[in-house]
Amino acid sequence: MNAVVEEHHDHDHKPTGIGRWLFSTNHKDIGSMYLWFAFTMFFIGGALALLIRAELFQPGMQIVEPEFFNQLTTLHGLIMVFGVIMPAFVGLANWQLPMMIGAPDMALPRMNNWSFWLLPGAFGMLLASLVMSIMGLGSAPNFGWTFYAPLSTTYGPDSTDYFIFSVHLMGISSVMGAINVIATIMNLRAPGMTYMKMPIFVWTWFITAYLLIAVMPVLAGVVTMMLTDRNFGTSFFDAAGGGDPVMFQHVFWFFGHPEVYIMILPAFGIVSSIVPTFSRKPLFGYSSMVYATASIAFLSFIVWAHHMFTVGMPVAGELFFMYSTMLIAIPTGVKVFNWISTMWRGALTFETPMLFAIAFIFLFTMGGFTGLMLCIAPADFQYHDTYFVVAHFHYVLVTGAAFSIMAAVYFWLPKWTGNMYDEKLGKLHFWLTTISANVLFFPMHFVGLAGMPRRIPDYALQFAEFNQIASVGAFVFGFSQLIFLYVVIKCVRGGEKATDKVWEGAQGLEFDLPSPAPFHSYTTPPEVK
Amino acid sequence: MSVQADNQTTDNPKIIGKLLIVVVAMFGFGFALVPLYDVFCDITGLNGKTGDKVSFETAPIVDESRLIKVTFLASLNESMPWEFKPQQSFIEVHPGEPTTISYIARNISNKSIVGNAVPSVSPGLAAAYFQKTECFCFTQQELKAGEEKIMPVTFIVDSELSDDINEIALSYTFFTSKQNNEDLADNTLTAKSINTFK
Amino acid sequence: MRAVTRPLGLVCLLLASSPALAEYRLNLEPGVTVTSQNAYDIHQIVMWICVVIGIVVYGVMTYSILTHTKAKGHKPATFDDNLTIEILWTVIPILILIGMAIPATSALLDMEDVSDSDMSIKVTGYQWKWHYDYVGEDVSFFSNLSTPMEQIKNQEAKGENYLLEVDNKIVVPTGKKVRFLFTSSDVIHAWWVPAFGVKKDAIPGFINESWARVDEPGIYRGQCAELCGANHGFMPIVVEAKSEEDYLAWLNEKKSAQAAAAESGNKTWTMDELMAHGEAAYNTSCAACHQVGGEGLPNVFPGLIGSAIVTGDVAKHIDVVINGVAGTGMQAFGPQLNDADLAAIITYERNAWGNNSGDMVQPSDVKAAR
Repeated sequence: MNAVVEEHHDHDHKPTGIGRWLFSTNHKDIGSMYLWFAFTMFFIGGALALLIRAELFQPGMQIVEPEFFNQLTTLHGLIMVFGVIMPAFVGLANWQLPMMIGAPDMALPRMNNWSFWLLPGAFGMLLASLVMSIMGLGSAPNFGWTFYAPLSTTYGPDSTDYFIFSVHLMGISSVMGAINVIATIMNLRAPGMTYMKMPIFVWTWFITAYLLIAVMPVLAGVVTMMLTDRNFGTSFFDAAGGGDPVMFQHVFWFFGHPEVYIMILPAFGIVSSIVPTFSRKPLFGYSSMVYATASIAFLSFIVWAHHMFTVGMPVAGELFFMYSTMLIAIPTGVKVFNWISTMWRGALTFETPMLFAIAFIFLFTMGGFTGLMLCIAPADFQYHDTYFVVAHFHYVLVTGAAFSIMAAVYFWLPKWTGNMYDEKLGKLHFWLTTISANVLFFPMHFVGLAGMPRRIPDYALQFAEFNQIASVGAFVFGFSQLIFLYVVIKCVRGGEKATDKVWEGAQGLEFDLPSPAPFHSYTTPPEVK
Repeated sequence: MSVQADNQTTDNPKIIGKLLIVVVAMFGFGFALVPLYDVFCDITGLNGKTGDKVSFETAPIVDESRLIKVTFLASLNESMPWEFKPQQSFIEVHPGEPTTISYIARNISNKSIVGNAVPSVSPGLAAAYFQKTECFCFTQQELKAGEEKIMPVTFIVDSELSDDINEIALSYTFFTSKQNNEDLADNTLTAKSINTFK
Repeated sequence: MRAVTRPLGLVCLLLASSPALAEYRLNLEPGVTVTSQNAYDIHQIVMWICVVIGIVVYGVMTYSILTHTKAKGHKPATFDDNLTIEILWTVIPILILIGMAIPATSALLDMEDVSDSDMSIKVTGYQWKWHYDYVGEDVSFFSNLSTPMEQIKNQEAKGENYLLEVDNKIVVPTGKKVRFLFTSSDVIHAWWVPAFGVKKDAIPGFINESWARVDEPGIYRGQCAELCGANHGFMPIVVEAKSEEDYLAWLNEKKSAQAAAAESGNKTWTMDELMAHGEAAYNTSCAACHQVGGEGLPNVFPGLIGSAIVTGDVAKHIDVVINGVAGTGMQAFGPQLNDADLAAIITYERNAWGNNSGDMVQPSDVKAAR
């Protein structure tokens, strides 16, 4: 695809002071704010994880009380899902989508600002409940990030109502962001850029945005039902009043399963952007990649009860959800094969973004294998609610989604800042992270199969060795992210100057812009041939 | 600085409007799932919930060729200071044959309590075929302090019940009714005899 | 590939150097029922298929990484599409999945067939213990974690069955199809015995069922498998499978023991007896929330040291313990414990940790208060 490069803007003036950030309507600044927010939450959620792993280092209760441990696991999950992965992907969308389609900004810049600023508010509340808990003023949410009723309704602590409010704010933020993405992609593509000429990252975000709009409101519905059950005398989930706790699970997972695809589809788009660049070959099977992504999104609506195989569903239900979940393996497999075919007979180089992308393909696929095992209902009776599940979702979310975010940051940092990042440190970060992530999560498969349930603060002696290994991996993993922080800050402040194209094999309208990209870019859209 | 460049039409309001409708519709869908779930479970009996009171105009035909073993279970929610048990643990019935059994409940606390009995049937697929013409679960049950009550249930197992089911478990769980809340704040009790050792 | 083999190698190195390795497992156990064997078999099938696919896919990728590099002077090809291969790698996985679905379906149908059971046990989940009721036998009891707090707090060496031992285990006869009926008295729990391949949620207000026919005598241990509050990790399950005659003998023993415990409610207890029994019963049933030292958890579970209820009116104290406090986590223990246990616990609470009220509560007082 060719593009006519726009003239370099003479006056690239930006607003100044705190107002620049509080009132920003610029997709680049808002993108940066999302990314820095996610990075901060990553360290906070990570610190909670280190506390968890420290307690689990040995059998016995050494560091925290069981009640507080449940708060740690709950907040770790909520922060990582809603405060790290989702905002980071939105940040990448903000930075990249307008440039990739040759648009000057997102379609709705002011709503973009509100979408961001809702998040520090929402998480401020959630983190405040944790601080208050540490101060002895009552429990923070302690019912797991999946907050099943009646543990979260009848038996939830006072902070649960603030948790509900928090979730509402996050949901509004996501929905507004998704509307923005759809409006941007539908309306602001440069002339000549048909849908099937859009970069694949744009496609994956387009589909993700539709998923968000479809399911975040259902989450809002379910937490509202929780709110009224707790405070206004309804009995949606209370058997005493004719309600059904299992219905909570159905409605929650109706949101929850598409949610996990929301957390991975943009990752697919990132990997599909990076692998062709460093293979110096076009993406293999662009259209089938688009169709595969769309099929995954459709299928994600009909698999939810594979999270509920032990709930007492009749056999017909279990069979249906087993088959539908197995189906999702097909388009996912197609994507993996397409990435490998992109690499095949390319001219590969292994800069940090490519290293993370390759690790993604290996390790996300590993998570995919355990996902396939989990959906086999008769076997799932032994896996459900054990560390085998914990291993599965950490492989797809950490070595999957989080790795793709790191890959994206390394890939596009030179475009954003105009400086090359320190490649040696980047590679060090990569190797430490990848090795420690495997030391951390691989043993979890073993203890899960051996019978260790999840969400427990203490365990029987036969699980001790692998837990110890995992905890060591956790600390190495956690501290290695400080290298990433250093690399990013160092790159923002300076470094070897980046060219416009940045990478030899780079394609896409963003790489026709100067590095750093001007504050306002593509104010006149390019012609796309 | 305008966001849209000159040569593009602005379709934003239309798209935003459509998407907002989707958002509101999905929010409503979340709530609609509640009655939808109930309807689905009613039709299939999948969550083990039995239906409301059933009455028959003509006596149903008894199927002498089959015997169904019905097990009776009694549970209390952790907040209920009652004793509750079935008078018999099992009974064998023919489909179509009306049968009456009883549960006994006793309020062992010193104040009047209203309870709600929630029935559940396993296997779930049998629930739709387990029909109650009389049940203490249809109404709230109030027991005064120390009071004991016999609570009958009359049921018929529908002969349409699938052939491969020959065992049904019927369970009731008593919960404190929400209308007790005002009374429960006041926990007074008179003592009988207490030994003190000084 | 290096991304995977290197950490695996590290793990193996660490494992090889660790002395107490005999206990760890790497894989599911086949277990002692047809259900667990089914689960194990299907797990093995799917896992090995994944391993083979993994070897092929990772192998191709590794080859590409090692050969098709710019450093080696490889010039990039330009192909970006191939309909035939796209169809092949869509259809072949579908066939593999169908191949998995068939044994999986038959295993599931077998596992979910609860019909024609020989006996039933009702299992009720509580925060944080299990209650078992042998339906029709008049034998029922609570089963609490029996690992001493000192072991959990690292003050004593941990026993072999740390966190997997209980005060009252259930016993089932071998060779008989046992139906389990699950419910809960508070939140959702899940009953899981890996050796049986049985895991089912225990849901308040609802009944679930599952079954097991155990052919091998032995002791089998499991844990709660659904987050249910603070002590979710501390409510294990222990089942012993015995021959039918041994099971019947045990059942009779249990019935006499229950009768004796009921009888103990009729005698008058001394202060020492009350305190000793009370301490044990308190630690089993109350310490989970109120803590062994009576200090509770601030703003979550009230402390009992010098508390208004424990040092105040005895009748009120008895009332709270028997009837619970609705709307809070304080369960109604009246239906759960017998008169002697309750009297001992209340006496202990009133005199331990410096409360020293001198009050003695007899089982007959508790009985009168019901």
